[in-house]
Amino acid sequence: MGEPAIVASGVTKTFNHGTDNAVTALTDIDLSVEPGEFVSLIGPSGCGKSTMLRIFGDLISPTAGSVEVFGKSAAQARLDRDYGMAFQKAGLFDWRRVRANIELPLELAGWSKDKRARRSSEMLSLVKLPDFGNHYPWQLSGGMQQRVAIARALSFEPKLLLMDEPFGALDEMTREHMQLELLRIYRQLGTTVVFVTHSIPEAAFLSDRVVVLSPRPGRIHSIIGVDLGRRDENTRESEGFFRKTTQIREALRSVEAMP
Amino acid sequence: MRSRLAPLWPPIVVGVIIVSLWEGVVRAFDIKEFLLPKPTSIMAAVGDQWVPLRTAGWQTGRTAVAGLLIGVVTGALLALVISRFGWLRGSVTPLAVALNATPIIALAPIFNAWFGITDFRSNTAVVIVVVFFPVFINTGKGLDEVEPNQIELMRSLAASDTTVLRMVRIPNALPFFLTSLRLAAPLSVIAAIVAEYFGGPQNRLGPFITQNASFSRYANAWAAIVVASAIGLALFALSALVEKVSMPWKQGDPSRA
Ligand SMILES: Nc1ncnc2c1ncn2[C@@H]1O[C@H](COP(=O)(O)OP(=O)(O)O)[C@@H](O)[C@H]1O
Ligand SMILES: [Mg+2]
Repeated sequence: MGEPAIVASGVTKTFNHGTDNAVTALTDIDLSVEPGEFVSLIGPSGCGKSTMLRIFGDLISPTAGSVEVFGKSAAQARLDRDYGMAFQKAGLFDWRRVRANIELPLELAGWSKDKRARRSSEMLSLVKLPDFGNHYPWQLSGGMQQRVAIARALSFEPKLLLMDEPFGALDEMTREHMQLELLRIYRQLGTTVVFVTHSIPEAAFLSDRVVVLSPRPGRIHSIIGVDLGRRDENTRESEGFFRKTTQIREALRSVEAMP
Repeated sequence: MRSRLAPLWPPIVVGVIIVSLWEGVVRAFDIKEFLLPKPTSIMAAVGDQWVPLRTAGWQTGRTAVAGLLIGVVTGALLALVISRFGWLRGSVTPLAVALNATPIIALAPIFNAWFGITDFRSNTAVVIVVVFFPVFINTGKGLDEVEPNQIELMRSLAASDTTVLRMVRIPNALPFFLTSLRLAAPLSVIAAIVAEYFGGPQNRLGPFITQNASFSRYANAWAAIVVASAIGLALFALSALVEKVSMPWKQGDPSRA
């Protein structure tokens, strides 16, 4: 498969290092993600999932340890625009129409106007909003806004998609629908995804591997492989899916019970 | 067009009712002119005093507009500089907030000492200072209060601080800035007139009001207040218009009307 998408070795993060209110969010994280893989991070809140994602994306730097992304430093990968990001809040820019929001990364990368317009049209159909390009964000529902945010994150075909609870604010039905959409787009574009969630079924449904984190300080408790083949609506009701959610739930219970 | 102007009718109707009541009450109870002149007397005084009022209104209006423009531009520019050079924020912004809470208008006599008691610049200076603080503070707020995820998104796309300022912070600050402009516009007229009470050239609305009041020509004083209100209202309407046309994305947005 070539070089790994992410190699994290001995990553430790202490916020406010060396002061009275130092918080160790992560200790000694070793994790490797293969290209094309879909990996979820799950764990109780405050266990360092977002911190880990931000370190992978070079938004914050680790106190110790190193992160390599496609054989480069995370900082270099960021400058090379290898990352697409999406958060729980869609974070669209009010003053930009939907199309201009999707084109933002392309603008930053210096694409021509024509090329940008062509790509944003493609992305709009990909996220099934072909008629909403000229709308402003406030005219869209929460689920539609999140689809635009995903289109924006993917518009420039980043090698690595980092998502922090992107469906966390959506209702259950929309959420399940968005999970299917994300998988469809992911398969179509062949990107690598690191996905933070605190929903067990979401992690099981989406992922090739689920990384279970334990809190205080955050470490990797276990990594659960999920081999359910190609997902569709029936997957959620399958025996294998039930076994995997149970396995993840038990791992999380033992994590929560730890002192 | 009808629907656009429709919201204007209720206040106009209420205004007409209040003015009619005012007229009726003053007549019915035979209230003395020096306490409260009738609206018809005030309008008569506006006509009667039109030539000096027009000059005074023009001069005071110029002071207000000049001070407004200078105060708005410097307030917005300084907010930009401070946002770009974050290390200034900790010291300058709290100071500005504190100064904004002081009665700045009290500076008027001091500006008279600096610029000369009959110099128009002492009045303009008061307007500038009064306008500056709300614009500076609000614009600064808009530049800083960007969703952290939006900044993270920009950084993940390798955008520089200058790009973030141009593409995120400035558009984010625009509604804050325009709101402060809408507040500052009528404030500039108030500041100009109060400053004129303390000094500056004599052919202005402030001295016109004080002189007529001291000679018990209250209808004339009220006539000058009518002119001042008209100027304040015009500036307010203009800034509200600027607010509308410069933010097309807010058209029809029910959550931010
Ligand atoms: N910027 C920060 N400064 C100080 N502490 C932080 C900061 N960001 C996160 N933390 C702390 O680090 C821990 C992990 O946070 P986070 O990664 O957001 O957890 P999660 O995403 O799993 O809920 C928490 O205890 C949190 O309070
Ligand atoms: Mg989090």
